Amino acid sequence: MHKDETAGAPIRQFPFAPVMLVSLAQHFGRPSRAIVREGQEVQRGQCLAEADGEVSVATHAPASGVVQRIDLVPGIAGKMVPGIYLKPFPGSTQEIAAASPCDLDAATPDEIITAIQQAGIVGLGGAAFPTHVKLRIPPDKSVDTLVINGVECEPYLTTDHRVMLEQRDDVFMGIRYLMKATGVARALIGVEANKADVARALQQALPVDLPAEVVVLPVKYPQGAEKMLLKALLQREVPSGGLPLDVGAVVVNVATTAEIGRLLPRGQGIQERVITITGPAVKKKGNYRIPIGTPLRFALDFVGVEDDLGQVFLGGPMMGQSLPSLDIPITKGTSGFVAFRRDQSLQARAEFPCINCGYCVDACPLFLNPARLGLLAQHRRFDEMAAGYHLMDCFECGSCSYVCPAHIPLVQRFRGAKSFLRKVEAAG
Amino acid sequence: MSAPGRTLAIETSPHLASGASVDTIMRNVVYALLPVACYAVYLFGLSALLVLVTATLSCVLTEHLMCRAAGRATSVRDWSVVITGLLYGLTLPPALPLWMVASGGVIGVALGKVLFGGLGYNAFNPALVGRVFLQAAFPTAMTTWYPALLPQRFMELPSSILTFPFARPDFDGLTAATPLAQMKFDQLSTPATELVLGTTAGSTGETGALLILAGGAWLVARNMMNWRIPAAIFATVAVASALLHWVDPQYYPGPVFMLFSGGLMLGAVFMATDMVASPITRRGVIVYGVLIGALVVVIRVWGGMPEGVMYAILLANAVSPHIDNLVRPRVFGTGGGRAL
Repeated sequence: MHKDETAGAPIRQFPFAPVMLVSLAQHFGRPSRAIVREGQEVQRGQCLAEADGEVSVATHAPASGVVQRIDLVPGIAGKMVPGIYLKPFPGSTQEIAAASPCDLDAATPDEIITAIQQAGIVGLGGAAFPTHVKLRIPPDKSVDTLVINGVECEPYLTTDHRVMLEQRDDVFMGIRYLMKATGVARALIGVEANKADVARALQQALPVDLPAEVVVLPVKYPQGAEKMLLKALLQREVPSGGLPLDVGAVVVNVATTAEIGRLLPRGQGIQERVITITGPAVKKKGNYRIPIGTPLRFALDFVGVEDDLGQVFLGGPMMGQSLPSLDIPITKGTSGFVAFRRDQSLQARAEFPCINCGYCVDACPLFLNPARLGLLAQHRRFDEMAAGYHLMDCFECGSCSYVCPAHIPLVQRFRGAKSFLRKVEAAG
Repeated sequence: MSAPGRTLAIETSPHLASGASVDTIMRNVVYALLPVACYAVYLFGLSALLVLVTATLSCVLTEHLMCRAAGRATSVRDWSVVITGLLYGLTLPPALPLWMVASGGVIGVALGKVLFGGLGYNAFNPALVGRVFLQAAFPTAMTTWYPALLPQRFMELPSSILTFPFARPDFDGLTAATPLAQMKFDQLSTPATELVLGTTAGSTGETGALLILAGGAWLVARNMMNWRIPAAIFATVAVASALLHWVDPQYYPGPVFMLFSGGLMLGAVFMATDMVASPITRRGVIVYGVLIGALVVVIRVWGGMPEGVMYAILLANAVSPHIDNLVRPRVFGTGGGRAL
């Protein structure tokens, strides 16, 4: 849906902004710890901050320049987070700092996993969960399949689409690193049928010695969610509250895989990523390789937006959040921005009472009862939502709200209920 | 871009929506009912037209005035009360005194819908609440039928229809028995072609079986009707009546008669499928449909009345929330067999 506008647009390089805002909390887990000081000159690709503990990754310089300040930068959740203001040198050749590569054949699985952490690699699909954490298989679990997630089911976004077309050798190299790190014997690359060109290209170029298979799945939102993808590819159901590990699989996003395949052989860290900037309010819709830390305002100025800009979403329009400010920088988890016109707001729609039509029940990929959950939320019966109706399994894909003819903000109610319950739990 | 004064809107995801809305669904159900209503007028003439108009107006006005009285915005624009009015009119005998038609409409919408909280909160199908009131209050008038296709049906009105309120209706000598009554009391069968074409005596809208099915199919194609409900009802009625017919062909009518006589078609397609009063899960609606089908057969075959669709649906409406509680889909990742 709406992918045609950018699916054919080759990835273009974005220029450097006058000042880059490199967040140290781009990933899930503890922020990285700065190892540079204010006023220090750094080279592109140089490590600016180290991982702070196991669930944390390193952060690298997106450009050669000078560290202006180490301070707070705007975070995507609306809060300020620790970060580095980096001023790129205007005339620099922007050569990437030389480093020691991680050799696929020589490195042990553990060395690969450490290299992935040091390269600052996190889930580029949007979750920004440190990838190396997923690769350390606990001794009591066994894993037999590596699943490469190339589904990209969000409307509008074509980041993964372009990466798979233009960086397929990086994808294959990434798969080799991931398979060695986890010790699995086979890999499956899942793509949806709306990316037939990708499937063809990958299949044609698949190296004979790589035990990987490209599986074309029917187009079905939200198939890009790990649980849905594992069900579609392997007919395995991740238990309620469980992880892909519980059904013997590790799932890695395809853009993440490509970055691993591109960076590890060169020993570099992430300095940039591919994003889609699109939507009816964007003039130069397209796919861009953009330095991490580029302020969103600079990016939108570059592509141009219409005067009746209404909302900008971080990610796709189904699960992406609408941004309160354009001052946030691009982070590793940013898969794209979708900008809507003002008249595309859903806020103005009249809300009706629930008529029990059952559309939401049919739409829920987890077979929950969103209508009942919505009613319980309205009556603030949050405990019952969790205990009797599996509220906590909901991953907010938005399918129920999307189909609801009564225009009830179901997902919003569920989010509120979940955050309430989490707070209660945290308070003991 | 950095133009001053630009404001960003913040809304919660998802930011996309499918086009359907409650009023669109309701309006489409009205469209699906219109051919049935036109056929009713063709079969029974002016009196059917008056009954349908009075029924619809009484229902719409009741909801509108009650909303006004309660000091809130009128809800008639969601079209649901138009469905109620039309459906209610289609279940009434074509020569029913108009004051009875109007009083049933008021009762159905006031007690069956608005007092429950309006659309979305009614436990029972409001059209049937109105009808069940009339059945209890005016049993004779509610079981006095006119034959279809009377030659003078577009010229003159049956004298009963304009009866003064609370006066005794005076029915012409033209009354006829419905196929179900003939079967129940006289063991007379009606030819299948007449049943399918609906050229028999009956409620204004219940006899146009083919148009009812066509309207239902159109709604199903637009995903505005749950086909599982009529399918479960038809299957249950067909199987149960086939079994009974096989045991004693003389006494028990066969499946074709059971499916195409009385209010089964109208009830199964347009009444039982009332989204508000039916279960929400896929398996739940099957249970609900089977229950309605079984109750219809039981009431028709062993009950004191010739017809039981209305009671069957109302009883099933009553248990529908409990069906949703009992028949829950297996949540993803909670073990057991295949989902749904």
